[in-house]
Amino acid sequence: MTTLLQQIANGIALGATIGLIALGYTMVYGIIQLINFAHGEVFMVGAFGGLAVHRWLLPEAWQGDWYISLPLMIVGGVVVAVTIALIMERFAYRPLRNAPRLAPLITALGVSIVLQEAIRIWFPNAESAQAYPKAFIDAQVDLGPVSISASKLLIIVVSVALSVGLQLYVTKSRMGRAMRATAQDRDTARLMGVNPDRVIVLTFLIGAALAGVAGVLYGVDITNVDNAIGFQNGIFAFTAAVLGGIGSLRGAVIGAFIIGLIKTLGGQYMPGGTQYDYVWIFVVLIFVLVFRPQGLFGEAERVRA
Amino acid sequence: MSPLLEVGDLSVAYGAIEAVRDVTFSVDEGQIVSLIGANGAGKTTTLRTVSGLLRPRAGTVRFDGRDISGLPAHSILNLGIAHCPEGRRTFGRMTVEENLLLGAYTRDDEPGIQSDIRRVYELFPVLGQRKNQKAGLFSGGEQQMLAIGRAMMSRPRLLMLDEPSMGLSPIMTNLIFQTISELQSQGTTILLVEQNALAALALSDHGYVIDLGATTLDGPGKELLADERVRSAYLGED
Repeated sequence: MTTLLQQIANGIALGATIGLIALGYTMVYGIIQLINFAHGEVFMVGAFGGLAVHRWLLPEAWQGDWYISLPLMIVGGVVVAVTIALIMERFAYRPLRNAPRLAPLITALGVSIVLQEAIRIWFPNAESAQAYPKAFIDAQVDLGPVSISASKLLIIVVSVALSVGLQLYVTKSRMGRAMRATAQDRDTARLMGVNPDRVIVLTFLIGAALAGVAGVLYGVDITNVDNAIGFQNGIFAFTAAVLGGIGSLRGAVIGAFIIGLIKTLGGQYMPGGTQYDYVWIFVVLIFVLVFRPQGLFGEAERVRA
Repeated sequence: MSPLLEVGDLSVAYGAIEAVRDVTFSVDEGQIVSLIGANGAGKTTTLRTVSGLLRPRAGTVRFDGRDISGLPAHSILNLGIAHCPEGRRTFGRMTVEENLLLGAYTRDDEPGIQSDIRRVYELFPVLGQRKNQKAGLFSGGEQQMLAIGRAMMSRPRLLMLDEPSMGLSPIMTNLIFQTISELQSQGTTILLVEQNALAALALSDHGYVIDLGATTLDGPGKELLADERVRSAYLGED
């Protein structure tokens, strides 16, 4: 029983990380129907951005105080992730806005490889995994029978708070309405005075900021990062977005928690153990898509006269 | 006085296909002007070019004396042209109220926006009664009301309506045309594109016939209604 609860807690923590990344996939898809395969790499460069801040910018005197060093690392991760994402939107995707859909998709794969290699080549020593600073309280928190690290708890809290905040922003604010309008019908949104370029830039910016936060918190929790973490977690996040119904914010977050739970519980209880935990994720994905191709919370394509 | 909207020798192409080749017309402040013509004549393309969704290949579009051809759609809306597109195009997954708020997207006078929303609800009570329901759940006529109300929310000087009566019952069509008259009497200038030439011309100060991408005939609405060429081609009479 304790093992079960423990694995549920681990799964929720993993889902919280994946969820922050999945939001970026689902938002960009909602607005420009692009699966931005480089989004996992935005998460990865965010993690390295936080590491760079700790290594080269933070005075040694501050490194021990998590309440100073962690926020600054998060800011660093977010700035790096957002900068990369905006450059990528401006120079890789915007010129292809009216091209057939396959062109930006292949471009996204290309950008993804460029970012992985750039980190490997130019980030000092990044050919191998880099130790990540323990920039948060290094302790276990006991919740009844379950013990969870403080850094995992932080990821869960931050992820839930940011997801709720984003949902409110998109449903209640004026820019949020413009985003939803652009996602539904770009030409008609333009007739309302919405500038689609601004909405698209904002979408990339928000998605990248969330991925940057996730990257730093992930590094702090796992305590080492390499240039492949973006690919691995990006695949999980993309799968979560599809499972939840791509384009849906709520779907992406719930999909991410489902995937986190399948991975940890499958690794614990299914034959093959953790070596096969990926398999169960994709088995569930395939089943969901066979019976509900639009995903759990996605809207079926409807055509109205 | 120069006209509010002046379109001259307009030519618009989709790739190699020329949809509009020689359209010329003007709309004076306070008027209702209609463009009539068969399916595919280029009426919708003309409106989409005026509102900035399409770029003209040649010709001029002047609004209030200023050349606006080639400006992006969001700038043109800001100058005071609202376009209620063909097929209504309401945001089906958003509520009535959210649709209206989007119509006021470029405004920031909150009290004015709220009072304009109330005005739309007075004009179309069904929208007010169901303001928190998703627009996609409404009938075609109700969505048309919403689309017109939404276009009004930017307080345009010129309101362009593309086929507002399409697919509506005769009763609903009447209501929509009544509303258009009312909007005119409140000071809005209206450019109307219609296949229902009879109803449109009866209402219009001036009308233009567009045929195969070119304006071929124009005159006051009542005169066009009486014109034999118009009657035979667009009113289904021999």
